[in-house]
Amino acid sequence: MDLSGMDLSGMDLSGMDLSVEDFAAQVGSTGDVCVAGLGTRATPIEGVRLVHAPIGVEWIEPAEMTICCGAGTPVDDVDAALAEQGQQVAIPSGGTIGGALAVGRSGIRRLAYGAMRDSLLQAHYVNAAGKVVKAGGPTVKNVSGFDLCRLLVGSRGTLGFIGDVILRTRPKAAFEQWFTSDRDPWELLTGLFRPTSVLWDGATTWVLLEGDERDVADMAERFDLVVVASGPDLPTGGRWSMPPAELPSLRVAVPGSFIAEIGVGVVHHSRPRPDRSADAAQASVHARIKAEFDPVGRLNPGLDVLTAR
Amino acid sequence: MTALESSEPSTTAPRVDLEHVARSLRTRLRDDQVRDSATLRNLYRHDASNMSERAGIVCFPESTADVQECVQVAAELNVPFMARGSGTGLAGGAVPPRDAIVISTTKMNEIISVDEVNRIAWVEPGVLNLDLSKQIAHLGVHFAPDPSSQQTCSIGGNVANNSGGPHCLADGVTNAHIHAIEVVLPDGSVTVLGGEEPEPDGLDLRGVFVGSEGMFGVATKICVRLMQNPPEVATLLMDFGSVAEGANLVSDIIAAGIVPAAVEMMDQLCLIAVEEFIHAGLPIDQAAALLIEVVGPPAGVAADVEQICRLAAARNVGDIRVAADDAERALLWKGRKSAFGAIANIMPNYYLHDTVVPRNKLAGVLEQIYEIIDRHDLRVLNVFHAGDGNLHPLILFDGSIEGVSERVHAAGKEIVRASVDAGGVLSGEHGIGLEKRDLMPLMFSETDLAAQADLRRAFDPQLISNPDKVLPDPATCGEIHSAPEGAWI
Repeated sequence: MDLSGMDLSGMDLSGMDLSVEDFAAQVGSTGDVCVAGLGTRATPIEGVRLVHAPIGVEWIEPAEMTICCGAGTPVDDVDAALAEQGQQVAIPSGGTIGGALAVGRSGIRRLAYGAMRDSLLQAHYVNAAGKVVKAGGPTVKNVSGFDLCRLLVGSRGTLGFIGDVILRTRPKAAFEQWFTSDRDPWELLTGLFRPTSVLWDGATTWVLLEGDERDVADMAERFDLVVVASGPDLPTGGRWSMPPAELPSLRVAVPGSFIAEIGVGVVHHSRPRPDRSADAAQASVHARIKAEFDPVGRLNPGLDVLTAR
Repeated sequence: MTALESSEPSTTAPRVDLEHVARSLRTRLRDDQVRDSATLRNLYRHDASNMSERAGIVCFPESTADVQECVQVAAELNVPFMARGSGTGLAGGAVPPRDAIVISTTKMNEIISVDEVNRIAWVEPGVLNLDLSKQIAHLGVHFAPDPSSQQTCSIGGNVANNSGGPHCLADGVTNAHIHAIEVVLPDGSVTVLGGEEPEPDGLDLRGVFVGSEGMFGVATKICVRLMQNPPEVATLLMDFGSVAEGANLVSDIIAAGIVPAAVEMMDQLCLIAVEEFIHAGLPIDQAAALLIEVVGPPAGVAADVEQICRLAAARNVGDIRVAADDAERALLWKGRKSAFGAIANIMPNYYLHDTVVPRNKLAGVLEQIYEIIDRHDLRVLNVFHAGDGNLHPLILFDGSIEGVSERVHAAGKEIVRASVDAGGVLSGEHGIGLEKRDLMPLMFSETDLAAQADLRRAFDPQLISNPDKVLPDPATCGEIHSAPEGAWI
């Protein structure tokens, strides 16, 4: 990558602590192996040899809105490096980049930022044979071949261990502000222009607006929004996924027992998510993909992405 | 048909007993849904690319169950099938495998439901892209992907190719706008990939189906994400004395933290051709123009426009024309979108390319393109999605001149190589299809391609869903070969 002309002041470009090739050598080609980051979203599989993906930022291209880093890099380090450029990634904070991608859950700004999975432009991952595979490409637009990046996001390390990634970044907004309101959350969803987040606990609605401060103030005034310091604390008992049109059914739930992402459908609940089962056709495709990518089941053995929480 | 069309079939598939296939299909669909006349088969032998093959039977399903019948016949008889939308694809993705069952989705064109509150719609695959946005405009929402062919291309085709368009700069390409897809898998089973819910269990099979060029099955219902129409739109046309200065402004804008809704570039030859066509007062004496659109609430739009103009001044911008109203905005966009039609004023034939380079390499690669074209004694017109670094050089030629096609092919190949060498990719929105199948090794190693082949085999163990596309023949993988006869390189 050509770094000429870039402002590198303060940016940690010491690179990755381990090359993807060295990471591949650690994964090897035989024997069960599991990968873990900081243990934020999932814990290593007991009794299985553990490897860690490369850590470190390789480069940032502000004009390209891309960053390249090791999958083991903490999300907070990436956030800090990008903040110096006025940019961010749509990946929820905490843990590692690889862990966030492997689990595939978006943050509470998904309503405006889109799904986290779309952040991944290119990945080098280590396959079950211990070889490095490239998925995707470095540019923001790319339809060259099948989209293995989308396959990797949410695959929980069962198809390959992500070594390094190129992520799409986005500008940080000039201004952002949380508000509350006792108005119906769907009235706010339809009335406000592209709110960043609309959260609801059955009684109170929280709204995050971003953009030019004057536009945010104008929208807040039109909808009688009340400024608050931050959004609500999210219950951590269970993460439910519902069609957004079904969220009104939560009106009968105990207020305060959940926080729903209006217009998205993620519900942060105090209770675990009810179990459900996949249809036969999908289970069959899942089984065939796993058999093609990891025939002996050595990568994160025993982990089933269809039932994983 | 253009001068570069292939006359020879490019596959060596075993012979298919078409009469037997037709009989089987007619036991499951009405006779008028199963067509095998020579005229119709001839009509469906190609898409909008320059390649063609022999279609077998053309089916016109009207429901998921009908599609399932077609696919089940194909699976039982082990013959290839291919779904086809409007046939506007430019990379040969909808050129039928030899004697394939062609499953036309044109009669599956209903908008099934629209939820304007949660901004979700279910559509059948044959719904035309622009028709959807027109029919829901009164609800204050639209479908964001807007390929230049949006008047005629289908949403099923957009899904197959992960299509883009000028307004994908800020909002993302088709994949970001698909919640769920009901599909008939190549074994004839029906399932829904993804869902209206945000986090369906398991792998993101929805995400990998989008852009799989019809090789993972047939989409029969599509759940799309709709976007709010913006309250304010500013459209600017800026002209520049050099292509490089316009191209460099694109990087300046993004680096400044502004992501416009669209940033399109037209070079001088394009401006001249379009001006003759639409008389919009375009700056035909300038080297290039950028068409920039910024959308959102008023203060943010005004601030962005002001900053873009400041950055443009530093790149020696000439005139800045701001569309005064919707009519002028429509005229400027008409200029951009009618570029392909306007070319007929210059040359009888053209060859459209589609590569992507990092935005900060645009100026250098454009310079290389002009040099390559000069060296091959051809002419080129550039009109493209500059904001994404998505180049669309149109090589202009007169197909009646002997030996011209060799020069066009050679120049095209050099342009693709120059783009990949600059850190770019083979295709930004047209797909690989047949056109760039054998160029995949420019970007991917044998191991990379094997992983893609594994994924394909998991969806289609029989390898009957639109075979011969995207992936080069494994026997020749690892080397760069000439593209198939007639391919647009």
